[in-house]
Amino acid sequence: MREWGNNRIRTQTAHALQPAVCQPAARDVKSLRAVCILPEIMEDKSCLLKKMEISVSEAEKRTGKNAVNMQEIYTVYLIETRTHDSQNEEENSVPDSLWRRYSEFELLRNYLVVTYPCIVVPPLPEKRAEFVWHKLSADNMDPDFVERRRIGLENFLLRVASHPTLSCDPIFYLFLTQENGWKEAANESGFQAKADSRLKALNATFRVKNPDKRFTELKHYGDELQSIISHLLRVRARVADRLYGVYKVHGNYGRVFSEWSAIEKEMGDGLQSAGHHMDVYAASIDDILEEEEHYADQLKEYLFFAEALRSVCRKHELHQYDLEMAALDLTSKKQQKEELATGTVRTFSLKGMTSKLFGQETPEQREVKLNMLEEQITDGEELVKTKNLECE
Amino acid sequence: MEGPGLAGGKNAKAAVPHPLSKDVLGFEEDDDDDDLEVFSKDASFTDASSFSISMQTSPSSMINQHTLDDEPDSKDIFVTVDDPANHVTTLETFVTYRIITKTTRSEFDSCEYEVRRRYQDFLWLKDKLEEAHATLIVPDLASHKKLGPGFISKMGETVKAVANTVRSIKNRPDEFTAKSDYVDVFRQKMGTLDKISQRILKELKEHLTEMKEYGPIYTVWSESEQDLAEPLKGVASSIENCCKAIEGLTIGLSEDLLPALHEYVLCAETLKSVLKRRDLIQADYESQVDALTNKKADREMLEHSDLSFTIGAFLGKNAEEMKLQKQQKIDREIEELQADIGHLEDKVECANSDLKADWERWSINMRNDLQSAFRNAAENNILYFERCLATWESFLASQQIETKVDKNVKESA
Repeated sequence: MREWGNNRIRTQTAHALQPAVCQPAARDVKSLRAVCILPEIMEDKSCLLKKMEISVSEAEKRTGKNAVNMQEIYTVYLIETRTHDSQNEEENSVPDSLWRRYSEFELLRNYLVVTYPCIVVPPLPEKRAEFVWHKLSADNMDPDFVERRRIGLENFLLRVASHPTLSCDPIFYLFLTQENGWKEAANESGFQAKADSRLKALNATFRVKNPDKRFTELKHYGDELQSIISHLLRVRARVADRLYGVYKVHGNYGRVFSEWSAIEKEMGDGLQSAGHHMDVYAASIDDILEEEEHYADQLKEYLFFAEALRSVCRKHELHQYDLEMAALDLTSKKQQKEELATGTVRTFSLKGMTSKLFGQETPEQREVKLNMLEEQITDGEELVKTKNLECE
Repeated sequence: MEGPGLAGGKNAKAAVPHPLSKDVLGFEEDDDDDDLEVFSKDASFTDASSFSISMQTSPSSMINQHTLDDEPDSKDIFVTVDDPANHVTTLETFVTYRIITKTTRSEFDSCEYEVRRRYQDFLWLKDKLEEAHATLIVPDLASHKKLGPGFISKMGETVKAVANTVRSIKNRPDEFTAKSDYVDVFRQKMGTLDKISQRILKELKEHLTEMKEYGPIYTVWSESEQDLAEPLKGVASSIENCCKAIEGLTIGLSEDLLPALHEYVLCAETLKSVLKRRDLIQADYESQVDALTNKKADREMLEHSDLSFTIGAFLGKNAEEMKLQKQQKIDREIEELQADIGHLEDKVECANSDLKADWERWSINMRNDLQSAFRNAAENNILYFERCLATWESFLASQQIETKVDKNVKESA
């Protein structure tokens, strides 16, 4: 089980080591290839990342028919993998590659979330552009958006691949290496059936009697983190919007200076030049804000991580709830057994009523009931044990 | 408090030397609008006692002391306006300004004067100057209250009123038409620049508001973190520093650039009315010339006319006598007209050369003023960026130190 408070995540460029997550957009972001290294994990030999290089290197537009047989344009991403073979270390070996679209990543993640309920699964980049500061960037086809999504998808794969448990998953391996057939394998695992209903989870939150303190704290932290980061992203978007306005209005200076220079003899050249500089200034904001989006993306990643954390906590609550229900059930069954064995009726029950009305049961019937109850009790105890294990 | 009388005396003396003398032009320059405008925007008087506000001397008054004009030796009069003071009487409340004049001119009895004048007195002076020197460009006075559309529309109406009385001019010299065209474009551009600058100020202020909300969120976040708390607080304080930098920028805009641009918007209106007044003078002259031509024509006609069939003849007057009388009358009128025309011709010449010379002076001032206003605005921006850069660089530096310390801690653990 992860404890996020203490992990230090470093992002490494090809050349230099740069400090913690919470900093304004890293320099030279366009050529940034994020490689996530978790120091403790790297020592674990079972991590896939040790054996294999993974990258999402390109994006392309495709057209095709969708589920309702209509033409649509979508984007696919190129996943390249290269295995480290200690015997034949070839620097120039050609990587294996295949194309995947966003919905396939989604499917993979859903599979992982259901299959590993106790693990905080790394998040995907956002499905739709949110916290948008300017109308333009709400378009999913926007090249800047696609580029940022490519980076986000790569981060996702790398994080999964550096996780000791997740990286060993066979479906994940298929996703990376086999163009066709991975979906079928995923569906065969029947994970969709196991997905918990939201309602059940909500129910559990309120009904749990002895919640585990660690999880309550974690959930609380997750809640807070989520609300803080979303507030942060909202305000950041507004800040960016205003800054955009300031710069763009300066562009008007350019136009007016140019017009004014036409009637001035002595100042004409100076005004022309000043006008040109104002135009350059006004145009410079686009790149500045695009870079800031990368910072926002990093924040978003942790926003979604917080959501994943909360979902794990919810699952735990569900298990806890099930456990408590099972325990209750067990206790009542034990009670029943005792009553049956001793013939005493401690509490008012239907059994008591019926025996008064219809006479006591025959010893054989009692025997059968006793046996049944014994079985149920052992089952119940088994269940409690498993539930307890799961909670751990 | 001295009444306008003394100021009138000053004025009369100033009118005596040649209107084109640089002394006079220099004197007019010193009506410092900037002081008034800075003052009238920010001050609010609530108590009855008279008190002073220390305020900066406007840049142009300082420059005047270092001579803005090309001939540094010609300055022999220096004027400053400062020390606004509130006065409350039973009838009204008003503000007076202290005017200190230092001069070596012989027209003045003493070499230093200190008087107090109120806004009304400045208006009076402006009117008198405009009367005495119709085609000199008298700078505008800032209004009492915040300069608004009212003031400009008032000017506009003056211009319109003047324009309506101008009869069409036959041959306005090309150069004045050119000047008129120039003013039209200039006025338009200044107006637009003013609007743009105001818009930028508005956007900057809104940006500042958002930034002020943005920073504290990091502080709130730091409270639920352990390892991250320090960096988060660092980010919050860096953002706070940036906010201060933005404030500096907005102050610069609203105190330097905007007033300068606004002044020249009003100036354009003044130029327009000055040009109209010149046209009026020329129109006057031309109408008298026309009148003379008509009179001469009349005389011609009289020569060849026979007054025998007029009413006068009918009433028994001698036709010859009547003719003579009429001739004499017309001759007198022609003489008067000719004298008048001579007068007006001089006036036109004067007006034209006044205007040309003053126009040059105004152009130089305009260029200097606006160039320095824009330069200051650029400097302000540079300063803002430098401050922001410095604060983020120091934050990054502090983070580098932290990671190094962490590394050491981990290695030794």
